[in-house]
Amino acid sequence: MATPKTAFRKGFIDGAPFALIVMPFATLFGAIGTEAGLSIAQVMGFSVMVIAGAAQLTAVQLMVDQAPTFIVLLTSLAVNLRMAMYSASLQPYLGAAPLWQRGLLAYMLVDQAYTISVVHYENNPDMTSTERVVYFVGVVIPILPVWYGFTLLGALVGQAIPDGYGIDFAVPIAFLALIAPAMRTVAHIAAAAVAVVLGLALAWMPYSTGLLFAALAAMATGAEIERRYLA
Amino acid sequence: MTQSDPVIWFIIVGLAVGSFAIRFSFLGLLGNRQLPDWFLRYLRYTPVAVIPALIAPMVVWPEANGGNPDAARLLSAIAVVTAGYVTKNVFWAILAGVTVLSLGLTVF
Repeated sequence: MATPKTAFRKGFIDGAPFALIVMPFATLFGAIGTEAGLSIAQVMGFSVMVIAGAAQLTAVQLMVDQAPTFIVLLTSLAVNLRMAMYSASLQPYLGAAPLWQRGLLAYMLVDQAYTISVVHYENNPDMTSTERVVYFVGVVIPILPVWYGFTLLGALVGQAIPDGYGIDFAVPIAFLALIAPAMRTVAHIAAAAVAVVLGLALAWMPYSTGLLFAALAAMATGAEIERRYLA
Repeated sequence: MTQSDPVIWFIIVGLAVGSFAIRFSFLGLLGNRQLPDWFLRYLRYTPVAVIPALIAPMVVWPEANGGNPDAARLLSAIAVVTAGYVTKNVFWAILAGVTVLSLGLTVF
């Protein structure tokens, strides 16, 4: 009974509420990007080509900190490594789609789309490959235009915000707001705690390299606690 | 930011290509190959490992305050984390942080 058309509609309905969540982040990235000195084209370049708020904010922050280009890329991509996990876990559901469709899906593979889709696929094992692809597109359709549009809005607003008013603190607030709800288990909390302590302790290291060591130690902490106590 | 335009665009395109490669990896090329469990475990913790390490110095030693700890920003950070943890909602977390920061900057 599920046709591609109904699969699309279902996806759209499931994805729409998440467009609201994307709004503040897109606006914030746009504002922070222009505040940091990016042109509107560059801010939009980030949001259209990368579509990953946390990685984009990381890149902009490290650029402001004058980190070397390869550290900027390495650290920002590290923030996106979780998406390899998404890619692997969607493969059984979407792996049969034509290559061009999988390429398109990969471009649109954002946190919200992954979370919504994988749950829907698990609950509806009878879906055909086409229906799954169409459902995914349906989920993303309300989210992506909001992401682009509100980045632009933020970029235009950002140019108008004068310095002062604690605007420097928008980045930490945005990141903390993103991370705090992700503290689901003891392992997550321990990983974050190690990251904070080592992030401070190793801040003296040149070219933001301390960040990489801190992050590695924190990942190991989270993974090890999960393996020993939560698995 | 002092990077030249070509460097900035290099970073944007590099991040775009890298992010696409990560997203396309298993879906596109590696197929049904299973990732080793330990590797998946590490991947799960990348955001909560990288982001706190990145922002901790910005919270504790804000440049806007000459690199010295500042009550308004510390309290704001605590407000964001508390609200985000309790409500599991990004919007309330941001609102709590902004409110406390504005109040703090007025008071202190």
